[in-house]
Parts: sequence; structure tokens; C-alpha cells
Amino acid sequence: MAISDVQEYTHLTDEEVESLGRELDDLRREIEQSRGAADAAYIRRLITIQRRLAAAGRITLFFSRFPPAWVAGTAMLATAKILENMEIGHNVMHGQWDWMNDPEIHSSNWEWDTLQPAEQWKHSHNYVHHQFTNVLGYDNDIGYGILRVTREQRWHPVNLGQPVYNTLLALLFQWGVSLHDLDLERIRKGQKDPKEMKRQLKQIWRKIRRQVGKDYVLYPLLTGPAFFSTLTANATANLVRNLWSYMIIFCGHFPDGALHFTEEELEDETRPEWYLRQMLGAANFEGGRLLHIMSGNLGFQIEHHLYPDLPSNRYAEIAVRVRDLCDRYNLPYTTGPLHRQYGQVLRTLMKLTLPNRYTSDDSPPPPPERLPKRRLDSERPGRRRETGMWSGRVSA
Amino acid sequence: MPAQFADRLPDLKRVRDVADKLTTPLHPDDYLSLLNPLWSARELRGRIEKVVPETDDAATLVIRPGWGWKFDYRPGQYVGIGVEVDGRFHWRSYSLSSPPLRDRRLLTITVKAMPEGFLSAHLVRGLEPGTIVRLAPPQGDFVLPDPPPGRLLFVVGGSGITPVMAMLRTLHRRGTMPDVKLLYSAPTAETMIFRDELQALQDAHATFEMHEQHTKVHGMLDLQEVDVLCPDWRERQTWACGPPGMLDAATEYWRAGGVEDRLHLERFSVELTGSGGDGGHVTFADSGKETDADGATTLLEAGEEVGIAMPFGCRMGICHTCTVPLASGRVRDLRNGEEHYEQNESIQTCVSVAAGDCVLSI
Repeated sequence: MAISDVQEYTHLTDEEVESLGRELDDLRREIEQSRGAADAAYIRRLITIQRRLAAAGRITLFFSRFPPAWVAGTAMLATAKILENMEIGHNVMHGQWDWMNDPEIHSSNWEWDTLQPAEQWKHSHNYVHHQFTNVLGYDNDIGYGILRVTREQRWHPVNLGQPVYNTLLALLFQWGVSLHDLDLERIRKGQKDPKEMKRQLKQIWRKIRRQVGKDYVLYPLLTGPAFFSTLTANATANLVRNLWSYMIIFCGHFPDGALHFTEEELEDETRPEWYLRQMLGAANFEGGRLLHIMSGNLGFQIEHHLYPDLPSNRYAEIAVRVRDLCDRYNLPYTTGPLHRQYGQVLRTLMKLTLPNRYTSDDSPPPPPERLPKRRLDSERPGRRRETGMWSGRVSA
Repeated sequence: MPAQFADRLPDLKRVRDVADKLTTPLHPDDYLSLLNPLWSARELRGRIEKVVPETDDAATLVIRPGWGWKFDYRPGQYVGIGVEVDGRFHWRSYSLSSPPLRDRRLLTITVKAMPEGFLSAHLVRGLEPGTIVRLAPPQGDFVLPDPPPGRLLFVVGGSGITPVMAMLRTLHRRGTMPDVKLLYSAPTAETMIFRDELQALQDAHATFEMHEQHTKVHGMLDLQEVDVLCPDWRERQTWACGPPGMLDAATEYWRAGGVEDRLHLERFSVELTGSGGDGGHVTFADSGKETDADGATTLLEAGEEVGIAMPFGCRMGICHTCTVPLASGRVRDLRNGEEHYEQNESIQTCVSVAAGDCVLSI
């Protein structure tokens, strides 16, 4: 069931919600104040590695008629694209590195290596998704306007095709994302301003031309006799990046533990309640350092949603603190190995192909009440009925 | 790529256009700067070649600028320098002390460590040769006209000598030193930046004369003395640069003398220290609209109140949609009390308030 009041759902008192908010604010301040040279070195190093990988991949593909070069070049290019989209682009556009005051690594002018124009991404993602996370009717990331990912979304016969849509979305992820800010839902309902839509489409078209021109025309032409093999290599690199980012992103809010909310929750929502909603609405996954870097540290989805603009390389240490907080406040903390999280996503997608009555709900039970209310007499051990020595002594 | 190359070779522009399409969404310079940090014109860069001590607390930074830098600045102009300290770029402006010399490919600024200024101290003592810094194009109208007037007077206090030095070096280099008088105040002879060079200039040019005022010994220069030291001061074009008190006094004196229009001033901003006030006068540069905002009104609200279509999103500091460059002044982030005052730093208007007067670039 979608949650209409996070506080009630988590059984926290007003004071507890307040103090939870304070602790999270303090943690934010602590990380902000400790940002420094080591963090700057981290992002610079990553950017350098990514650009070298991209350059090396492009150069290797000049020899792509030779199969090992095709494989090596494709692998390097795919890795570079993944790093750029996930750990660099997504996070820079969130403003995670704005504190460095370096216009070359700044949310206001970063453009990323995918079809979606940065400006539209920042609106649909940084604002709409991060502010209204998992609120039904507000957050377009709940199924992206094409999938039914939660039981609260009404079933429609169109959902029968869900396995097909899901596969197509995975394969063509960057194309799907490029249309995200158009807001398919609103277009369907005829609520979209046609002028705004035209402006957005023009912007998308310009970006598509540049991106497609580079990967599917210019580089293949440049490699001359290797035209066709470079073309397939670039297409493969884009495909690998699509599949990978699709999987990571679907593990952020669609596994079983990630909950949804109704618009009542937004009414008079305080900052601590916003924090609570972020914690309940996101799901982490576990893995080593390399996996986290390759997934833009989105395995720390909960931490990312609490602090979308703190540097991603700090999420691991923030996670330790957030987990401890969840233990103390008796809050759920959804995490698991990547394969299990994605397995849950797939199962949900398949189940929701059908109307609710044919399938069972997999969302976890709400947290138990922590401080049980006064127990009934029948729940206590039996008490002595005779007055015995007590009454004897008093009367003596 | 340097503009001067592009001018000379129009083909290079075509090459660059193609390169642009290959490196999109990045720029060719983003890759070239991996080979040599100076090969990028996205942000002007420079490499510190040498740090030459001038006095106990002043040093000259010799900088080799990267692509995009133009040596056609005018003597007396200042330049912005951005230095990374603990992961963050900090910007200050300093007068160029070098004459605009194209062939040497180097520029110099001379910095005096201020007691409270952590950045100036870092520049004087903490910069290793080889450090890459950012540069902002030269600007300022405290400049020597071309051709220079026949008779000049410079009134200088402390590190105010730096823009004047660029002018004197330019005059010297051209070999046409007009009639120049320099009244130079500093605490002692040892703290006088460029003292040796100025004395050498005096020996080389009969038309150049310097008066040294060691304020610890002789006290401050009383402007009445100008009548004695330079009796024809009213007829001279005068350039004055130094501490605010000195400049205010000079303005007053020249006004009283009825020749205020011959006085050119450079108020080099003292490094901001301490905390700003609560609230202040907010100016929105593009529209010219202004308003007074208290210490609880966010800059976003202040802008909306005077009818500016401010960009905004979450209004709670998470989405960075509302960021706007701070042209000047000081603002405070309500979440942590941190103050921002770097020129052109992007600030989040939805969680920032004025901490003194400020100007936003919107």
C-alpha cells in the first residue's frame, strides 16, 4: 500500500523525527566541511582515466577489422561511456563537485555523453525525481510513463506487453532517457504545452545529431576501410552502456523494499520527513569498490537520495553512519547483492503484467512498533492473589 | 586554440570544427590538456614558472600563460588569478607588473602577503613552480594612455606600486621616458617593492624622479607636501594607487585644487575578511533591478519579489537548478552559515541570503 504519512508508517514520535533530521543535517555538514584536496584529486583522476580510455578506445578502433582490436576498442569505449554517464556526468550535474568552484567540473555547464540534453536531465532528474521521489502522480521515474512497476499503478491491458517494453527500454535505454523530460504521461493527457514541447524536441534533436553523427558517421568514416567494424564497435559500446545503466538505475527504486507514497505525504512535509521518504523510497545494492565506481556509486542509492549533491566518493562512509541511524530508529534499510536486487525488479515487472488479483504483493511488512503500548493484564505473567505476609505484617 | 593562430590560419578553424564534432559533448581542449595542461582555452590557464621574492612579504609570480591568453593588455590593468587550495579554486585580482611583451610569453604579477589574507600569503609563500593556475582576462581602466602625456605624477602607497611599475617599465622599454614624478610611500626602505629597479630607472632617465617616503621613519605623506615635491602637480595627469585612506585624501586634495579630472585612481580591493552583515542591498545585474533583502529572505525570493524570472526547482537546496553566478559581494548559505564571496562563484539562490550588499549575474 502506498504510504500517506511517513511518520505514522515508521511509528516515530515528533521528537524522534526531529532528532533524526538533526542527525542527518549534522552528517551533511560534517561531510561538507571535510571536502578537500583528496576529493578534488579523486574526480580529476577519474575524469583523466575516462578521457584516456575514450581516446585509446577510439584509436584502437582504427584497427577494428582485426578482431582483438575490435574487442579491446569496444571494451575501452564502453567502459569510458559508462564512467562518463554514471560516476562523472550524473554526479557532476547533481552539483556534487560545484564546491570546487571549477567551471570545467560544474553542474551548470556539464554536458554528458548520451542523447538526453543536460538541461532537460537536470529538470526531470535533479528536480522532479529527487524532490518528489516515489510519490505517485508526481515522480515520473515510477515506470517512466511506460512500465507498471508498483501495484499502486492501475492495471491496463497495455501492461500485458510489459516484458517486451522492458526489453526494448533496456536495449535502447539512452533513447528512452532522451525523451524523459518530455513527460509522456502529460503528453498522453494532453496537458503538455506545445511550445515547450517544440523547444525540448529541438534541443533533443540537436543533441541526437551530434551524438549519432560522432558514433555512427564521423568515426566510422575516419577509420576508412574499418568503416563497418568501427560502426558495429560503437553501436556495441553504446548498447553495453545502455544495458548496464538500465540495470543499475532499475535497482534504485524498483526492488521490493523501496516504497511508494501518495500525494498526501507531500502536504506540509518537513525536511526530516523528506529525509524519511528518501530512505524508505530507495534501495541500495552491495559490491566492491570497482562495482560502485562503475555504477556511479548508485549502489548507495539511499545515501544519494539523502544527499544528492554530496560527492559520490563519500557515500561509502556516509552509508555506515546512515545504517547505524536506521538501526537506532528502527527504520528499514533496503540492500542486497546486485543480482538479487535486479531479480526482484524483474519478478515485479513480470507480476505486474497482470492485474493485482492474480499475483501476490512482495513489499516487506512495515516496521514493527518499537515501544509496545501498555500490555494487557492477560499478556503479563500471573500475579500472586493472596496477600500473605504483607497483610499479616501490616495488621500486626 | 589560441585566437591568434586561428586568425592567421583560417584552415585551423575548420580543423577545429571537425575536432569539435569528434569530441562532442566535450571540447578538443579537454583532451589536449591531458597532454599539456596549458593546451586549453576553455578556461585561461597559466603555469607558475618562478616565484621571485621582492621583500619579506611580497613576491613576483612569473607565469607562462596557456592558450587563449592575449598579450595586448594595457599597462596598469589587473588580471584575475584562480588558485586551488584544498580542492577549491579561490580567485583574486592583481595588477600585472609586467609590460605587455608579446615575444617573451611570460607575464608577472606582484603580490604582497596581507596579514589576514590567507590566499595572498599562499601566493607569496606556498606556490611551487610548475603549479597550474587559472587566469581571467586583463581588465581595468587604470591605464596609461597611448601616447602617454608629457608630464605625469604617480602617487603610490605600498603594493599600489604594481600597476605603476607596469607603466614605468613600458615607458622605459619604449625609450621615451616623459617627465615623470613618483611619490612612493612604504613603511621602510626594506619593504619597498621594486626599490632597486626604481632607483636604477632614476639613474637611467634624467626625466624620472622618485621621492621615497618611509612612513615608519618620516610618517605618512602629507599631501600639502606635494606642492613642494611636485609644484606643478595641477598640470600633470596623476595616477594614484594605494590604501583607501590615501586615495580618499588624494581625491579631496585634487578636488580642492580644482583638477579632479586629472586624477586617476585604482582602488585595489583589500582581501575580504571577517563576516558580512545580515541582509543587504541586492542588485540583479542583467535587468538592473534592485531590492533590499533581510538576512532571512533568500535571494531567490528577493528576485521573485522584484519580478525577475529566477530559475528554481526544489527550493530546498538539493537540485542546483537555481544556481546563479555571484558577480560581487557576499552571501550566506542558510544551511551551514558558510559565506561565499568569490567573484563569479555559482551560488544556490534558494538557500542563500545576502550577507552585505551583493550583485547577482541574472
